[in-house]
This record gives sequence, structure tokens and C-alpha cells, in this order.
Amino acid sequence: MSEPLLLGLGLRASYVLRIGEVRAVDGVDIEVPRDAVVGLAGESGCGKSTLVNVLLANIRPPLRIKSGKILLDGVDLLEMSREEVRKKVWGVKVSYVPQSALNALNPTKRIIELVKDAITQHTPATDQEVVSLCKRRLEELNLPTDSIHKYPHELSGGMRQRVIIAISTLLNPRLLVVDEPTSALDVSTQKQVLKMMLDMKRNRIIDSILFVTHELPVLRQVSSHVYIMYAGKIVEYGPADSVFFNPLHPYTKALMYSVMTPEPETRERGLVAIPGEPPSLLMPPQGCRFHPRCPYVMDICRSSEPRLVPVGEGRGVACFLHHSEVAS
Amino acid sequence: MLEVKNLSKVFTVGLFSRHRIEAVKNVSMNVSRGEIVSLVGESGSGKTTLCRMILRLLEPTSGSIKYDGVDVTRLKGKKLKWYWRKVHGVFQDPYASFHPFYRVEHILYQAFNLLPGLSEEEKKIRVHEALKMVGLNPEEVLGKYPHELSGGMRQRIAIARCFILDPELIVADEPVSMLDASTRVGIIKLFSDLRDRMNSSVIFVTHDIGLAYVVSDRVLIMYKGVIVEEGDPLTVMDNPSHPYTRRLREDVPLLYRKWEGF
Ligand SMILES: Nc1ncnc2c1ncn2[C@@H]1O[C@H](COP(=O)(O)OP(=O)(O)OP(=O)(O)O)[C@@H](O)[C@H]1O
Ligand SMILES: Nc1ncnc2c1ncn2[C@@H]1O[C@H](COP(=O)(O)OP(=O)(O)OP(=O)(O)O)[C@@H](O)[C@H]1O
Ligand code: SF4
Ligand SMILES: [Mg+2]
Ligand SMILES: [Mg+2]
Repeated sequence: MSEPLLLGLGLRASYVLRIGEVRAVDGVDIEVPRDAVVGLAGESGCGKSTLVNVLLANIRPPLRIKSGKILLDGVDLLEMSREEVRKKVWGVKVSYVPQSALNALNPTKRIIELVKDAITQHTPATDQEVVSLCKRRLEELNLPTDSIHKYPHELSGGMRQRVIIAISTLLNPRLLVVDEPTSALDVSTQKQVLKMMLDMKRNRIIDSILFVTHELPVLRQVSSHVYIMYAGKIVEYGPADSVFFNPLHPYTKALMYSVMTPEPETRERGLVAIPGEPPSLLMPPQGCRFHPRCPYVMDICRSSEPRLVPVGEGRGVACFLHHSEVAS
Repeated sequence: MLEVKNLSKVFTVGLFSRHRIEAVKNVSMNVSRGEIVSLVGESGSGKTTLCRMILRLLEPTSGSIKYDGVDVTRLKGKKLKWYWRKVHGVFQDPYASFHPFYRVEHILYQAFNLLPGLSEEEKKIRVHEALKMVGLNPEEVLGKYPHELSGGMRQRIAIARCFILDPELIVADEPVSMLDASTRVGIIKLFSDLRDRMNSSVIFVTHDIGLAYVVSDRVLIMYKGVIVEEGDPLTVMDNPSHPYTRRLREDVPLLYRKWEGF
């Protein structure tokens, strides 16, 4: 077995505010294998984007990292200075397309100028070489090469997102991290963006993708592994199909019952609402964080916190219902 | 119950060039008692414009709207109030339709402007019952301001207003598109509760074909201002006739089937 591409261990990070600490990442272990598409799912505010920023060592106040280790290709990112990470890691070993990337590009610069700004510190290539590098990459991915001379707003949402992803990986980083890359797009445009990312993996432009979204059907289409996050913690992980079709954690089960797709199975299965509201991360519930909403809650769930334990076949779950199985 | 006939809306924009936008073109549709009808279409297809005309918040350019046989297209004053008691709107972001300075209590009591003749005691009972119906604790929420509630709770308040008014038809324009998947289901169930308990009809506007498929008795597919296809959701998905619907079916991510070549 080869060493994982990205490994986060014992990660804890909080937004330190005057009113208290928002414990958005609270003891997370996560692994992105090589040649994989890892999905990270969970409802709004559970800490997905924060976890991604932590994994990329992109930590700025009020966010503070409390503990943990991040190994990217064997290198511990938390041992490096921010300057070193910026120079040697971002854009080189890992590229990141943040949640709001679609609307966050500097509107006064053409795409090619944005690329040059981002890339010069990483490569000795001349401007001319960067231009031809860009064009070749766009061609390879069947995108119009003249888009590099356009301003961001001159491209449609879907085209802009594809161009952003294509050029942010110009230096062939091993890992691409995308945060809700298609949530603002209509389904047809979404499919094109997803297809392009998988093509990039097939063409070995990248090895693996860490894909953040709250949309499970999207993950079903693209991911090989999934992590389910709830209130700052990973509650379940495993190979995508086994998590989707045999969810073990009550929260994962509940999420599956809230998915609405136009398929007969969905209609037959019916919809089940999760009672209550997601917890505040300023004052998360004692014990299992899902216990106030869990239909299977037991006494122990209110006082102790279930650890994330492996249950075989590459799966893990943080729920007392499954701890006893392990014990017996 | 509701009969929309050849309804159109043309917006003219621009000061000099007078550009015309045909947002809704010659739309005819019906809704029967107790029916849940979904209106599905991409962004800009005219869904909101159509809803606003049905709700009589926007003047149609041409065509007619009949309710229980009465032509309501140009109703005014008292008669329009009668119509608004029967047909009620729920919108995407209830925050925008709530006055931020008023507490939930005040917001809910405003509904009684359309329901004269109730005693204070009766009003109180209705408000409390409506809140319980939508899964909220009256003691907890009545004193709160809209910004102190989550998006899901605000949408529950908007639906509690429906339970108070007991409308015959609810026009819900993307009521869950701002909410999380897990919260969505709870809200959608409230609409089917309204139908089951009060035999209300619902027009559900959404760009989410999956949602329409799961909750509705009938779907209308809208494309560029025109209703291009309608039928029961299973037939429409199994046998889409319009190219837009076919593309929708091919491109929407499913849970139980994987795309080819992915
Ligand atoms: N800059 C910040 N300062 C304080 N709190 C923050 C900040 N950014 C995020 N949070 C809080 O941290 C928690 C996790 O937020 P995060 O953005 O990581 O969630 P998410 O899972 O990505 O949500 P979404 O699906 O809505 O993108 C939330 O409670 C959020 O309110
Ligand atoms: N007040 C207005 N003045 C001018 N044009 C308008 C106005 N309201 C809507 N339009 C135009 O009419 C068309 C239909 O808009 P509408 O808001 O009804 O679409 P929609 O289907 O509700 O879209 P969405 O899914 O984005 O809510 C669009 O081209 C829109 O720009
Ligand atoms: S630990 Fe208990 S409360 Fe938590 S998910 Fe499992 S059964 Fe439910
Ligand atoms: Mg996020
Ligand atoms: Mg609309």
C-alpha cells in the first residue's frame, strides 16, 4: 500500500472570537489516497470549508489551529512557515478552488494576467511560455483557447469555473481541492465541470481530488471515497458505494433519506426529515453531537463522545451503536 | 379551481431603446383542489413572473386568471382582498418578506388583517396552533426577531402564516432553495401536511427536478417563458418529450444510477 497523498491527523481548529470559540474542526482524521476522488459532505456550517483551509495550512485569524499534523506527500505542512507553504505547496503540490471562486476573480484583469500573477513565483517560465502553457492546457481540456484573453465576466459561469480549474492546475499539482465548485450552476453546466475534473485526473494532470459539497448525488457520480462531517467532526467514512448504500451512522442514514432525485427508488423510499436544527459550534451538545436529533439515542450518547473507529472494509464510524459490534 | 388562460407578461426595459422581454408567453394551466403542482424551469424561464401574476402582485400584459369561475385578472379593493385570503404566497427568502423590526408575534398577527372578525382569544389560539403545526414552540419564537431565527425556522414561520389563514391555494416560489437538504425535507413535508389537513392546493416552484418528482402530483416544465410539457412526474421523467426536459433528465445527478463514462 502506498502512502496517502494527504493525511490529516488529530486536527483541531477554532475561530477564536470575543464571545467564545467556534470549534469548527474538532478532532478530525482524514486521508486522501492517491488516484482517488474523496468527497466531503455535511450540512451547511458543519465545518467543511474550515477543514479544507486547515488541510491546506491556510490559517488566518480568527481561525487558529490547536493541534494536529498535516502530511502532504510526506511533508508536514504545519512545520513550514506560511511563506514556505505559499512558495512550495500552493499551486505546486496542491491547487485550491475555494467556495466563492466563481465570483472572486479580480474583474479588472484578463484571465492570462491572473495566471501570470499566480504563477511567476513558482516557475522561471517567461510570459510567452506561460501563454503557450495555458493554451495547450485549455486545448487538452477542450476549452476555447481565446478565453485567456478575456475578462472573467465575459465568460459564462460554467466556462469561468472550468477555466479557473484548468489554469489553477497548470503546474500539475498532485491534488486538486474544490469547495462547492458547481453549487451555483445549472445541472447541465455542472455536469460539464464535473466531467472536466475527471478528465484531468484521467490525463494525470492531477492524481486526486478532494471534493467538498453538501450534494450527495453529485458525490455519488464522482467520488470513490466519502467522508461525512457533522458539527466539526467526521462521523463516517468509507468507499463511496458502501457508505451510500449501506450507511452506518444514523446521521448518514438521515441524509440519505433527505435526498430527492427523480428516480423511482427515491419515491418508493420516501422522505424522512431530520428533526431539530444543526447545533451551534460555540456550544456543541455534550456526548455525541448528534444525540438531540438521533432516533436511536441511548443513555451513553448523552454523556460520552463516540470515537471514530474502523469497522472493516476501509470504513469507519463514530457511533456507539457500532462500537459494541466491534467489541463483541 | 385555478384557471390560467393565455397569460403573458412583457417587460419593457431601457430608457431609449425600449427593449422588450417576453418573460411569460401565452401560458395556460389549471390547478385543482388538493393538488400539488410543481413548476420546474431553469433560471430566467419566467417562473417567478408567472407566480407573481397568479398572486395578483404583478399586472399581466394579456390573458386571464379565473378562480372558482370568477375572473380575478383585474380585481381591485375588497374583492382583491377576498382573493388574497384564498391564494397565498410563500417566497424563497422569508427574511425579505418579514419586517426586520417586528417580532414574530407581530408578523403572525398581521395575517389577521385578511381575516376580520376574530376575537383576541381566537387569534391567540390560531397562532399557537399554527406554530405547533410547523414544529415550533410558541413560547420560544413569538418574542424573537426574524434575524434571531435560522433560515429553516423563518420558512416555518412563513408556513405558519398559511396555517393561520387556511388558504385554498398556496403559491410557493423556491421555498427551500436556500435551505440545507436535511432542513428542506421538513419544510416540504409541511406543504404536504397543509394539503392533507386542509385540502389546500400547492403550486411549488423549483429548479430542482428531483424535488418536483418526489412531492408533486403533476409537473409543469417551463422553458423560456413557455410551458413546454406537463404530466405526472413519472411519465414526464420516463418519457420526456421536450429537448429541455430530456437534457434535464440526462444531466441531473442521480443517487441510484451512475452517469455513463464517469
Ligand atoms: N471567519 C469566521 N469567523 C467566525 N466564525 C466562522 C468564520 N468562518 C466560519 N465560521 C463558523 O465556523 C463554522 C463552520 O463554517 P464553515 O464555513 O467551515 O462551514 P461549511 O461546512 O463550509 O458550510 P457551508 O456548507 O455553508 O459552506 C460555522 O459555524 C461558521 O459560522
Ligand atoms: N421587473 C422586471 N423588469 C424587467 N425584466 C424582468 C423583471 N422581472 C423579471 N424580468 C425578466 O423576466 C425573465 C423571467 O424572470 P423570472 O424572475 O420570472 O424567472 P425565474 O424562472 O423565476 O428565474 P429564477 O429561477 O432565477 O428565479 C428574466 O429574463 C428576467 O430578467
Ligand atoms: S452515538 Fe448515539 S446519539 Fe450518536 S449517532 Fe450513535 S446512537 Fe445516535
Ligand atoms: Mg463551506
Ligand atoms: Mg424566480
